[in-house]
Amino acid sequence: MAQFRTCPDTGLYFHKSAESLIKVNAVAGVVALLLAGVLALGVVLTRWQGVHLLPADQFYLALTAHGLNALIFWLIFFEIAILYFASSTLLRCRLATPGWAWLGFLLMVAGAIMTNVAIFQGNSSVMMTSYVPMQAAPHFYLGLILFAVGALVGVFVFFGTLVIAKQENTYEGSIPLVTFGAVTAAIIAVFTIACGAIILIPTFLWSIGYIGHIDAAMYRVIWWGLGHSSQQINVAAHVSVWYLIAGVIFGARPMSEKVSRGAFLLYILFLQLASAHHILVDPGISSEWKVFNTSYAMYLAVLASMIHGLTVPGSIEVAQREKGFTKGLFEWLRKAPWENPVFSGMFMSLVTFGFIGGITGVVMGTEQINLIIHNTIYVPAHFHATVVTGSTLAFMALTYLLIPVLFRRQVILPSWAKLQPYIFTGGMTIMILFMLGAGTLGVARRHWDMDFTGALLSFEYAPMAYTLMAIGAAGGVLGILGGAMFVLITVGSLLFGKKLEPSAGLLQSFGKPLAASAYSKVQPERLPMPPKLAWEEHGSAGFEAPGTFVLAMLLLVSFIVYYFINWNYLASVWPLG
Amino acid sequence: MTDTPTNPNEERKERIPALQALIDNPFLLLFIGVAMPTVFYIVWGIMEIVTIPVAP
Repeated sequence: MAQFRTCPDTGLYFHKSAESLIKVNAVAGVVALLLAGVLALGVVLTRWQGVHLLPADQFYLALTAHGLNALIFWLIFFEIAILYFASSTLLRCRLATPGWAWLGFLLMVAGAIMTNVAIFQGNSSVMMTSYVPMQAAPHFYLGLILFAVGALVGVFVFFGTLVIAKQENTYEGSIPLVTFGAVTAAIIAVFTIACGAIILIPTFLWSIGYIGHIDAAMYRVIWWGLGHSSQQINVAAHVSVWYLIAGVIFGARPMSEKVSRGAFLLYILFLQLASAHHILVDPGISSEWKVFNTSYAMYLAVLASMIHGLTVPGSIEVAQREKGFTKGLFEWLRKAPWENPVFSGMFMSLVTFGFIGGITGVVMGTEQINLIIHNTIYVPAHFHATVVTGSTLAFMALTYLLIPVLFRRQVILPSWAKLQPYIFTGGMTIMILFMLGAGTLGVARRHWDMDFTGALLSFEYAPMAYTLMAIGAAGGVLGILGGAMFVLITVGSLLFGKKLEPSAGLLQSFGKPLAASAYSKVQPERLPMPPKLAWEEHGSAGFEAPGTFVLAMLLLVSFIVYYFINWNYLASVWPLG
Repeated sequence: MTDTPTNPNEERKERIPALQALIDNPFLLLFIGVAMPTVFYIVWGIMEIVTIPVAP
């Protein structure tokens, strides 16, 4: 029986079950993103001291719900969609155990709803980290556990699909690089979810009274195996999306498959160890543990990101130069399709992730200079550069690609869609840069009142800190507007976009398969091995991507300057001699 | 006697380098990717905490 359809625009093959599951996971992710965006408005307008919108209890409630919906539910729902796409669609094979995949999805939905209910009931405003001895309602933890179990089921469906593709010989040679990136994300997800189970199950039992005590230091170490590694799933997934989009838009091939796969291998080995930078000021843990995990292992993961940051634009440059855009260093970039949100979103994701998220991440991972910004607003500024303008923007770009290809609908409001990545990136970048500045002045994160009104121990921030926070918040509002445009365009396209396939109705936008006649392939043709490129052999070609090399040098110089500025700050707050 | 392989399939078979074999095996990668942070981050970190002397 025919179970596959071919996308007439891209030639991609979609297995019926995989297609439905990719759709429902992506839609559930966007629902979580919508909720996270609404809550973000409450957070930024409260941290803008001149507005100070929410009272303290509602601020902490909104911050908890914003964190979990944005950092966990939106991203992991979308990543499960990416895993199914990268396995079934890219390897041209059926999805393993669709029944289990649906069960996993339902568990994730139930878990996300349960945790949100617990938060909105008002007695679980414990932030995303839910550090003990703060205690949330039992269904807060139970919801997270159910969500994690559901995600784990999804990850193993992905691994099962790889086995099917191998057994049924659906591809030649090694799996494609994008799928390899998804393997990396899935591996990190297994470790992440295991850490979640190790710490959240006892915490749940503690919340219902079966366990008397959870050690706070132990909780923090294991929880960050979940909390930070979950953001590393995003990194591996969004880097895969960069490679995918470069291939789809430009026909770009990685400059070296070997080097790119090697970089993903570095992620598998070292990226998760970066969780340790959250523990850098914790007592009781030795400097050896801290320094090994951050200043040694983490730098190897940073090296991997720098490789991807070089090879993705490098592959685009090579593809563009082959098309004749050879004038000067940057004609290939100037004449890129900047009006296509798939490209503009992807490229801005790459730049902001590298220049802001990457550089600030290294500063935070250095034990000494971490001291000047630890637990300040600098930390959320850093991770908004990695997971908002990095992962979220990349996933938005992919969504614009998938609306016609997967959902078979035309994107509505095309002029809005062209603008949306710029508004979102512009707003969020303003917010991030000014929050970095405020963090350097010591403004605390997760803090309702910068004025310390009525506090026994008061503190007065520099007046500049208030200005920086206000400008940052205004940028945040602009970024939220960009996010709202994305939700409006994508949901509007699924509901009202022009049908590119007659049976692509309302229910088909939310998971129901297209008409049976759309699935005409019993088994797609075998995925051929891509031909070897001339420059893949060492020394076989000249300097293929000089523009990218200049951009990489610019990143390196920015990094060196910023890194030493922070050492200078440290010297000024902690003078020696 | 001749040194050339009689089976043409053998002739086509390339020796796969160890690193390539590792990269092509997702389950071996899964094992390594879970074992590394488990040993260096979780187990080592927990050992540090459990060896903190209890306050008198």
